[in-house]
Amino acid sequence: MPTVTLTVDGKQVSVPKGTTVLEAAWKAGAFVPTLCHDPELTKPGACRICVVEVKGARNLVASCVTDAVEGMVVETATPAVVEARKTILELLLDNHPEDCLTCHQAGDCKLQDYAYFYNVKPGAFGGEAHKYDLEDDNLFIVRNMNKCILCGKCLRACEEKQGRAVIDFAYRGFKTKVTTAMDKPLADSVCVSCGSCVAICPTGALTEKAMLGKARKWEIEKVRTTCPFCGVGCNFDLNVHQGKVLGVTSNAASPTNGRDMCVKGRFGVDYVHNPNRLTTPLIKKNGQFVESSWEEALDLVASKLGEIKGKYGSDSIAALSSARCTNEDNFVMQKFMRAGIGTNNVDHCART
Amino acid sequence: MTNSFADYLNTDLFFVIGSNPTEAHPMAGAKIMSSLLNGTKLIVADPRRIELAEKADIWLQHRPGTDIPLLNGLMHIIIKEGLHDKKFIEERTEGFEDLKATVETYTPKRVSEMTGVPEKLLYDAARLYATTAKAMLCYTLGITEHICGVDNVMSTANIAMLTGHLGKEGCGVNPQRGQNNVQGACDMGALPGDYPGYQKVANAEAQAKFEKAWGVKLSGKPGLTIPDMMDAAVEGTLKAMFVLGEDPVLTDPDANHIKKAFNKMDFVVVQELFMSETAKLADVILPGASFAEKDGTFTSSERRVQRVRKAIEPIGDTRPDWWIICEISKRMGYPMEYAHPEQIFNEIASLTPSYGGINYERIEYTGLQWPCPTADHPGTPVLHTKSFARGKGLFKGIEHTPPAEMPDEEYPYLLSTGRILYHYNVTTRYSSALDAHRPEEMAMIHPADAATLGVCTGDTVQVTSRRGSVQTKVNVTDKVLTGMIWMSFHYKETPTNELTVNAFDPVSKTGEYKVAAVRIEKAAQV
Repeated sequence: MPTVTLTVDGKQVSVPKGTTVLEAAWKAGAFVPTLCHDPELTKPGACRICVVEVKGARNLVASCVTDAVEGMVVETATPAVVEARKTILELLLDNHPEDCLTCHQAGDCKLQDYAYFYNVKPGAFGGEAHKYDLEDDNLFIVRNMNKCILCGKCLRACEEKQGRAVIDFAYRGFKTKVTTAMDKPLADSVCVSCGSCVAICPTGALTEKAMLGKARKWEIEKVRTTCPFCGVGCNFDLNVHQGKVLGVTSNAASPTNGRDMCVKGRFGVDYVHNPNRLTTPLIKKNGQFVESSWEEALDLVASKLGEIKGKYGSDSIAALSSARCTNEDNFVMQKFMRAGIGTNNVDHCART
Repeated sequence: MTNSFADYLNTDLFFVIGSNPTEAHPMAGAKIMSSLLNGTKLIVADPRRIELAEKADIWLQHRPGTDIPLLNGLMHIIIKEGLHDKKFIEERTEGFEDLKATVETYTPKRVSEMTGVPEKLLYDAARLYATTAKAMLCYTLGITEHICGVDNVMSTANIAMLTGHLGKEGCGVNPQRGQNNVQGACDMGALPGDYPGYQKVANAEAQAKFEKAWGVKLSGKPGLTIPDMMDAAVEGTLKAMFVLGEDPVLTDPDANHIKKAFNKMDFVVVQELFMSETAKLADVILPGASFAEKDGTFTSSERRVQRVRKAIEPIGDTRPDWWIICEISKRMGYPMEYAHPEQIFNEIASLTPSYGGINYERIEYTGLQWPCPTADHPGTPVLHTKSFARGKGLFKGIEHTPPAEMPDEEYPYLLSTGRILYHYNVTTRYSSALDAHRPEEMAMIHPADAATLGVCTGDTVQVTSRRGSVQTKVNVTDKVLTGMIWMSFHYKETPTNELTVNAFDPVSKTGEYKVAAVRIEKAAQV
């Protein structure tokens, strides 16, 4: 593949032809902020926070939509660049609620991070701010459009990753808003609640309803695992706090699904903490289930199975193993039936 | 799957038959949906106007149970027009003449009459599939859940081989598997005729291998499949059953027969997360730990072995499933000692050639796709690139088998079943938001039938088959054919499988969930 060599902040870097200035700058180790850019989505070049100075260029260029070319000289942190970025942040902050104290996204918010990094505070311009109602009609997703910075990643993920395009920009100018068709509530739209928009939102505009108010972002331990529902094999992170699974967030390193998931994987694992979980062994006595100790239950199962095996032979016992359980569970089950009981009567629902 | 999910983005054409991926396998569906934006073509064969049918370039709305005539008809056209891949057939397959002779009689006219698909669409679909270089066939339970399920599957293999759409990137025959670990459960030998890795219990060499590994004499007699187990229980020869994480009373066909089987047995143990319909019939219930509470691995549809990680301690006094089974085995005189699932996995790898090169360390980040026989093997994203399991791919001429039970005067409607987006079999009923979103069965019926029955969306009907009778609300929609009712099987309040037919494919023993004859009456308002 042909490469081009350019200079970023005085450092030479070679990248494949077609690489953007942004990617080349990152490769050179430069800090360039982004809001609307996402490596897996089309590039609108909308937010301009990634502007850099290119020698010979008339204006600051948006690095995410500018190809790196041979001999280019790029500066990522000149006073002009920093001023432009700060102005963009000032404009965004003056139309953004000042509630980082209670915002669920605090600690995992690009706007917050960049404001901190560039020491930008609200109030530079004042002016009108949106006062949209909180949209919590959907059972899984809460939308706070006051926190939306119109980066458009949600609608691009909806269209480009999920193939749906349920949401898009509506209205013009200051009134521009990400809405469903006809600006109807999400719950009344054709949205399937996959949550790809939530996963990609850089601010607190879109959040998982079930996790709101449960823990600060930095208190959450993330444990990567594999989805327990269908056979596609999506990976995600269980969000754990104080011994409880609060919910699920995407893990971009997931080989089959990346950051995308379906409504079940993203919002359905709360069954783990359902109060109806069986939590202790039960033995049926006189037609009623009675709680028992593990010792009693295991002894009873072993003795009853042993008795039946002795009386009727190994093939009078069968096991249904489980397509929901792990490989290790299934291996142990079939080994127990074959080597422990002495029968090949083991099957599972692959056929039914 | 012969290919991988990543490959879904490399194909030029999807041929989706008997599969509703945007609901049942949503992330596979999403890859298809997003590919369409980039110009990828789509053929859908489904009796229902599923979401993908609405997006399809060609939608073949064939009648339930006519997959073989449909595929034979397409192959007839492909051969007649000389669009088959002669080089692939010559080099990689045998039995072409047998196939050719069989499909010869499946003329477009005859197939159109059998399937209800207009002849023009048959021509369009055959030509598009055969002439697209990278064409991927995807199927699911709409193909397998018939009494001719194996023949249906072989028909999909026939058409893929005929057009050379196998063993290459962006091609293949790709059954998206239903459960998170149905692939793994099969791989692990949770099958009556197979040790782990599909080594046959009837094979003396395999038997000797496992006898040596496990230090006991093993039975060389293949065991019973689930339908045979249920029959044996009803007959009284099967006395005890150990059920791990399944709810056959709700999910197996002809539920009343299943209940009879459980009631007849002397001793039933159910190891479960919840008080399932099957657990209610148990003598002992052992509470298992959920996927979030234990370590292990699942193997996905694309044969990818991936880690499951313990995130929290087992809830209450629950225990990991493997631990419980080992404790019982120990008490029965066959101790299985494992300190951690990783030790079990290492034993799996040592006995299962296709898993031989896999260990927890190697699958820490991205998993590995089997076959992966050695520690330096990179895994196998695409199967059959050079040869098939048996060497050459065998074409088999396959004739139509009608469903076991078709509508008649007494039971005039055809019932077909499947999954909806918001539920996954039975577990998601325990998710508060999912259940709140879709709390009850909404059977799909056609507006013309709704008019005949005098019902609107939201009304309740009584659906009755020869085996049982259930009540359900209806959703009136022209997404289904007239004369048809479509139901899911997620709701214990509407146990659809009390209606389904107790008929199975003779080879796979898969039940015919997709076709049963029922009667529908408007229920008295309560």
